[in-house]
Amino acid sequence: MTKVFSGEMIRELIDDLEPESVVSTNNDSVHIKSESALKIFNELKNKENCQFDLLSSLTAVDYIDRFEMVYHLTSTVHNHSLVIKLICGEGRKEPKVSSVVSIWKGADLQEREVWDLMGITFENHPNLKRLLLWEEFPGHPLRKDYLR
Amino acid sequence: MNTVMDSVVFKFIYCHLVSSNECVDSFRILGSGFISEKYSIIGFLITSLILILILINGALVGVLALIWGERRLIGRFQARLGPNRWGPWGIFTPVADAIKVMFKEDISPRLSDKFVFVLAPVLMVIPVLMIFAVIPFGKATFLTDLNVGVLFILAITSTNTLSVLMAGWGSGNRYGIIGGLRAVAMLLSYEIPMALAAVGVILMAGSLSIIKVIESQTIPFAIFQPLGFLTFLIAATAELNRSPFDITEAESELIAGYMTEYSSMKFGLFFLGEFMATIAASAVIVCLFLGGWRGPEIIPSHFWFLIKWILMICVFIWFRATFPRLRVDQIMELAWKALFELTLINILAVAILMLIWPDPTILELWIMTGINWIIFFVSLWIFGKLLGPKPEQKDGVSRKIVLQK
Amino acid sequence: MSIRTEPVTMNVGPIHPSTHGVFRMRVTFDGEEIIDVEPVIGYLHRGSEKLAEERTYTQVVTLTDRMDYVASMTNNQSYILSVEKLAGITPSPRGVWLRMIASELQRIASHAVANGFLINDLGAWHTPLLYMLREREKILEMFEMLCGARITNSYLRPGGVFMDAPDQFWPALNRFLDEMPHRIDDIENLLSTNEIVLIRTQNVGVLKKDECLNASITGPVLRASGVDWDLRHKNPYDYYDQISFSRPLGEIGDNHDRFLVRIFEMRESLKILRQCIENIQPGPVRPKEVPFLVRPPKGDSYVPIESPKGELGFYLVSDGGVSPFRCHVRAPSFINLTLLREMVLGDKIADLFVTFGSLDVNMGEVDR
Repeated sequence: MTKVFSGEMIRELIDDLEPESVVSTNNDSVHIKSESALKIFNELKNKENCQFDLLSSLTAVDYIDRFEMVYHLTSTVHNHSLVIKLICGEGRKEPKVSSVVSIWKGADLQEREVWDLMGITFENHPNLKRLLLWEEFPGHPLRKDYLR
Repeated sequence: MNTVMDSVVFKFIYCHLVSSNECVDSFRILGSGFISEKYSIIGFLITSLILILILINGALVGVLALIWGERRLIGRFQARLGPNRWGPWGIFTPVADAIKVMFKEDISPRLSDKFVFVLAPVLMVIPVLMIFAVIPFGKATFLTDLNVGVLFILAITSTNTLSVLMAGWGSGNRYGIIGGLRAVAMLLSYEIPMALAAVGVILMAGSLSIIKVIESQTIPFAIFQPLGFLTFLIAATAELNRSPFDITEAESELIAGYMTEYSSMKFGLFFLGEFMATIAASAVIVCLFLGGWRGPEIIPSHFWFLIKWILMICVFIWFRATFPRLRVDQIMELAWKALFELTLINILAVAILMLIWPDPTILELWIMTGINWIIFFVSLWIFGKLLGPKPEQKDGVSRKIVLQK
Repeated sequence: MSIRTEPVTMNVGPIHPSTHGVFRMRVTFDGEEIIDVEPVIGYLHRGSEKLAEERTYTQVVTLTDRMDYVASMTNNQSYILSVEKLAGITPSPRGVWLRMIASELQRIASHAVANGFLINDLGAWHTPLLYMLREREKILEMFEMLCGARITNSYLRPGGVFMDAPDQFWPALNRFLDEMPHRIDDIENLLSTNEIVLIRTQNVGVLKKDECLNASITGPVLRASGVDWDLRHKNPYDYYDQISFSRPLGEIGDNHDRFLVRIFEMRESLKILRQCIENIQPGPVRPKEVPFLVRPPKGDSYVPIESPKGELGFYLVSDGGVSPFRCHVRAPSFINLTLLREMVLGDKIADLFVTFGSLDVNMGEVDR
């Protein structure tokens, strides 16, 4: 059975790696600062007791006042998983996050899809183009303020 | 006038069924019968044209029968019935096919090279029809007895290559060009084993004429020269663009290859040409390797030819239903590294055996057959080891899949 | 004298007989060898994630059917598990056993289609394809007995399944379980030692073990490369912890391994089905207290399952209403496309389609 990290356990884990980067703790996930995201993910992937080598899912949610990125990470070595969230930018204008493609290659297509449908820009992504819609499509459909 | 026409028709059918050489004389006699002497050649021409017409129509009806037979037989291979709606057992399906093909819109792509584009399907069909001129359908039933019959057939099948290249280039379409070039490479490579396998037959028969080849087959050459038969069969399958060598019309890769831009009757002509080539190639294999019309006298020789012919066609359909396709570089490897050498071994073996026993009796023929079969197995085993999968790559056998508890 | 050559860029268009669905690739090749592949997707994008925000939780089940339209039952299962975790519903046991039976039958059907079309792409003129589709027909008839639809089933509901299996279902299932092992053996004998299939699929489209996990590849593709990660074992959902079965692992990770892994997985599914039939007890198929309009409390949930194509999970966010606030599909076929370019570089054109077919990609899932 995969051990799912509760919010408290994730906070302890991340405090070991990079102190002062946890913004808030929920029941089963934590919010971290987006500036330290890349460093934390790197540590989570490579450190001995973590070894989160499988990025299960990468997605974004549009809460009306902010955008949030959600990362589900799994370790096939230790068989545990956790959920990390981070808030992109200030309010709703120009959300920007750094890309994790350099850590997990599987994030490539998923980040392009998030850019396409949600409009969150990923810095240092090798090929940030629209994926599911055509290039000249106006707007980002999955946002809550996109009128049909 | 009726009696004259009756006698003309009766005489030429009769004389054609009996012997062609007598026919030539009786044409002149016929011709002189109702036109004056110096125009007897016109009678000859008219009757020849009628015969050719019958032969061409027979070939076309054969194509219809092949279309029906192939679809039903492949259906049975795939655990389903073939088409059975039009007519009893679906025998009018090819008629429905032909009508469908004729009524489609004839698209002419803008970027195509018009002259080449239109000429290609015509060039596919007409040479194949010429093959039927030299094939004997029964004991003395043939249109003509060329004394270079085998060479004529091999030369005609080469024009296939030109037509495919013209079709591919004339389409002006990338798929077409790629398909055409791949086809040319394959067709050229496989003509050599085909010709060399026929050389083995010619050595035994002592002449290039097909009638003499058939007459010299006291043992059918398929049994006498298994290596030659096998290589000719494989090379013929490749020349016909049929499975497992159908990269040219590889439906799952390049849609229809060189035929992509063709529609309506031009496509119909390609279709026709390909099926007619299948029938013609089967007839040629029957003549060269299976003994033509030879057989015990209980049924007439025409029926023996027909039975062997249908059997050969079924073998081609069987190949198509079962084998997946080979990749282009694997096809080239097969032609140049395997078939070429095997045909050379065949010629060498037959030539040496003929040197040892120049005028063989039946017993000596069977001894030669036995030696040929030993050479067949040994050379196939050697080539299997040389060209087959290397043992350290673990290929050739099913991979071991570990079942993790 | 050297011949001047130039690479050709060709469009393997959205409509093509052997890209399963509408999938476009811009292929650049030099002669026969492939230099570059750029997949272009989005031709089947229907906006399922946005549509899900307008529908109630039960209505979204019909949307999930149509994503991976070859394997509807497992799509349903993944979504319903997420809903149950979000809303805190305990499903009834008979419903769970029935949905496990449906899932495993669907796995056999999906692998049959995948393998059949793989051999079809090799050029075997539909013969093995029709043999596999003949077996799939029996499974689809059983689905029709269960829920009335053959392909887009919508059989599962929060709390269990929608309808109990009728009486004629169990004899049909037992008959199927008796015949199927022989059929799978037939196909394996026919194709796994066929010379032409072996030279066309071995050492072609190799996916190395150490690249797979980094690229989030999951499913039979991952197991064919040698990594032992199957969610039914490692993170069991439903009652998979009460059932014993093994998982096939490949060695090299080429097309042949993926083909064989799917055939062995079909056999394992038969084992699971037999154990499910032994364990199932009579009872209700849905708990009575589950309302029709499910209103989960605020929160989010993600329950990944092992679908025939890989790890399939629905990330659901709820704000307390009758519709999901956000519904995101982690589609395995979509993510398995990440390494398509690396797998086919250096191979010939003919291998491109075979490799693509062995990845078992379903465009409904890729585009959603």
